[in-house]
Amino acid sequence: MLEYVSGIITFSLIYVIATVGLAVFTGFTGLFSLGHAAFFAIGAYTAGILTYFYDVNFWAALAAGVAVSSLVGVLIGYPTLRAKLRSDYFAIATLGFGEAVRVLLENLDITQGARGLPGIASETTLPIVIVFTVLVLWVARNFVHSRYGRAAIAVREDFVAAEMMGINLFQVRMRSLVFSAGCAGLAGGLFAHYVSFIQPGMFTAALSTQLTASVVAGGMGSITGPTVAAVLFVAVPEALRMASMWRLVAYGFLLVAIMVFRPQGLFGFREISWQSCVRCFRKKPAAAGGGAGQ
Amino acid sequence: MLEVSNLNVKYGQIHALRDVSLSVQPGRIVAVIGANGAGKSTLMMTLAGLLAPASGKITYDGKPLPAKAYDVLGEGICLVPERRRLYANLTVRENLLMGAFLRNDKDGVQADLEKMYTLFPILRERLKQYAGTLSGGEQQMVAIARGLMSRPKLLLLDEPSLGLAPLLVESVFRTVREIKAQGTTILLAEQNAFQALEMADDAFVLETGRVLLTGTGSDLIADPLVRKAYLGIKG
Repeated sequence: MLEYVSGIITFSLIYVIATVGLAVFTGFTGLFSLGHAAFFAIGAYTAGILTYFYDVNFWAALAAGVAVSSLVGVLIGYPTLRAKLRSDYFAIATLGFGEAVRVLLENLDITQGARGLPGIASETTLPIVIVFTVLVLWVARNFVHSRYGRAAIAVREDFVAAEMMGINLFQVRMRSLVFSAGCAGLAGGLFAHYVSFIQPGMFTAALSTQLTASVVAGGMGSITGPTVAAVLFVAVPEALRMASMWRLVAYGFLLVAIMVFRPQGLFGFREISWQSCVRCFRKKPAAAGGGAGQ
Repeated sequence: MLEVSNLNVKYGQIHALRDVSLSVQPGRIVAVIGANGAGKSTLMMTLAGLLAPASGKITYDGKPLPAKAYDVLGEGICLVPERRRLYANLTVRENLLMGAFLRNDKDGVQADLEKMYTLFPILRERLKQYAGTLSGGEQQMVAIARGLMSRPKLLLLDEPSLGLAPLLVESVFRTVREIKAQGTTILLAEQNAFQALEMADDAFVLETGRVLLTGTGSDLIADPLVRKAYLGIKG
């Protein structure tokens, strides 16, 4: 039982890492990606192939996964962001990219096609994942509160006005995209060494959708919101496992309900912070009924 | 300061500016007037680097204008765009700080913020309010203040009177004069021809993408063609 719970926590946190990366991109520059599963897959396969076929050290393989998926982020970002594709066209481009990567994985020899890679060394443990999650959250928080974060928010709010403020649109978007691709790659590497078996079918558009849905449901412009949503979207289907197929229906309803009742996402653009928790507790006796402040 | 010669700008097949030539002298208010679709905004956006010219030359301080919008601001040209384009979900203060994005002198930015509150006293009361919740006139003030926060040498104002009540138009124009008095050169695109000409040192009349008339503001007010076509005064 303990193992089962710790397994769910590990899975949740792996998704949190990927979701936070995507939150920095989609939540702060306003561009939707429907192909982030591809970065996840690239990280998983790069790290997995390195340890499986070449006996590379786990940490080096993980780093290579991050590096390769960031690099692919640059490659896909260069043409699409340079052309200043509008939000919906960008989403379609990433959708195509996601599918292309999956088909590639199914047909390459090194990835063993649809058979996948069985028996990857099981290296990822809960403490490792916790450390990485904290690290990613910390970096994301610093990014958002830096000059680049403010520039990204300006781009999301009105990119023409942002350009007139002297912001290099392309650079801001590229930076966020590469960060999010790197996070997805890291999550992928951890994932591969946790489940120790990967196949292309794990990285379909459904995974991309889940990541993007977590960001939107958690709140565009928030880091902690998508974090909570990512945990929720892994934990809820698990908790409802006894309901078998109905759990996916519940999952769908959850998404619809969030969009209907909280279109700005669970957290809007708010964050959970120590100050807001403290304020929440202080206000309650005064019958003011706190709530998470900014 | 700014020289434009034989500038042509096209949107695909549509020829929006045809052989436009004009010059802006430092320390003056220069007005560009014209009806809807005359090409005023196109001109402003081209000067801000947001549109690429099809042909023609723009030189600023003797050098060609940079091709990218974010480099143009670095040179000291700032556009206050038509319809203001504020960050509606950021507070007034955050909007103003965004204007100073390229600057690194914290003290200078702080001092300039204070300056903006003196120039637009109403903003001090609105600092923590989201920009989207302000009235049209207040938004225009935020837009101008945001532009000034980059310490431009040349401020491009695109239709600052758009959608404002006559009283507010007055107050915006008064501010424009103050900005000029503080040493910023201003290029102003306006439909509100009479008030713009009254205030302008130099002026151009733009019609369907061409420069129709050039002169000082007072010259153009007296011009019979302008009086008839833009001021609605007969005889």
